[in-house]
Amino acid sequence: MLDLAIIGGGPAGLSAGLYATRGGLKNVVMFEKGMPGGQITSSSEIENYPGSAEVLSGLDFMAPWTEQCMRFGMKHAMEEVTRVSRNEDGTFTIALNGGKSEQAKSVIVCTGSTPKRANFEGEAEFFGKGVSTCATCDGFFYKNKEVIALGGGDTALEEALYLSHICSKVYLVHRRDTFRASPSTVERVKNASNIELVLNAKVKKAYGDKMGLNGLIVIDADGKERDIAVPGVFVFVGMNVNNSILKQEDGSFLCDVDENGNVEVDLSMKTSVKGLFAAGDLRIQASKQVVCAAGDGATAGIQALEYVNHS
Amino acid sequence: MGKYLELNASNFDGTVKEGVALVDFWAPWCGPCRMIAPVIDELAGDFEGKAKICKVNTDEEQDVAIKYGIRSIPTILFFKNGELVDQMIGASSKQVLADKINSLL
Repeated sequence: MLDLAIIGGGPAGLSAGLYATRGGLKNVVMFEKGMPGGQITSSSEIENYPGSAEVLSGLDFMAPWTEQCMRFGMKHAMEEVTRVSRNEDGTFTIALNGGKSEQAKSVIVCTGSTPKRANFEGEAEFFGKGVSTCATCDGFFYKNKEVIALGGGDTALEEALYLSHICSKVYLVHRRDTFRASPSTVERVKNASNIELVLNAKVKKAYGDKMGLNGLIVIDADGKERDIAVPGVFVFVGMNVNNSILKQEDGSFLCDVDENGNVEVDLSMKTSVKGLFAAGDLRIQASKQVVCAAGDGATAGIQALEYVNHS
Repeated sequence: MGKYLELNASNFDGTVKEGVALVDFWAPWCGPCRMIAPVIDELAGDFEGKAKICKVNTDEEQDVAIKYGIRSIPTILFFKNGELVDQMIGASSKQVLADKINSLL
């Protein structure tokens, strides 16, 4: 029986493990299907983590986290969790892909979120063949070529800037004429000589051939169709929370979630189920920032420690 | 423990032409590629003598990446006796990859 199962190895999961093990919990396992680090490892740069003044790529930024957070005895199971369920005695069963399972006294779910698809015609067909959600991964394949970045938030604009250094031109396609991104990022985008803003524009469809994407048809502010012939489209239109492991056999969720599937927690990251905590991007009102996920993880780790020690 | 094979333009065809091969197209700057790196390492051990577990560094082997139309990484191609039989785009779990290889053996 594990004292604590941590599901997910991003900033929240790593921080939770650090606090729980440093606080004295012995049998703590973090379930993460590959190398820990989380979604932020795909980010091109991080400049808003207080205390880390040097601007680093997500990969470089996360590199020391794993070593530090596992220093006090947290173990890493390279397994994919398929479901968390509650046993009659109040402990939990962690079901793993492949049919095995583990038992745990407490669980912290920090499975984060996944980039949303924009749901235009052809997006799924050309995903991985021109349509991407990771500029740091795939920007390289479009060196000195023209690409589209789709979206208007911080991620869209930051990654458009990243792409503008690799690609000959970036069309930033956004459905409004204002941006949710921070003013400093908007300013940098507006000043970039090779970023063209295509605003108040909706994507109609992607087209291509068997080799992959050849372009996008967008409908501009005047309702006219515009054909933007590019081999690459990068989609940054928000995130979906990864809550599927909380779904039970009957389709209900293990704990309370809001109408968008975000896990309901209180300020100590407790869910509606005793011994079950949630931290990071998948909780309600998450700011979806590394520093917030790390804070959530620390809180959840401390709470799990208290729960196990007093139950 | 077995180690994965590094493929390039000169040894690619010769390596995949017989038996079952998994080929992971990756690059050093790619977060999801680094995430599955330990999975590939373990698969190389688990399938030693049964299937070939290979990697192509797309940064160094751009011609190979172009030949296979790689435009997103990680992309994992599965070959059986030289024929491309399946592909997966993005980071998959060890179990999913192992199941795929077992289904081809």
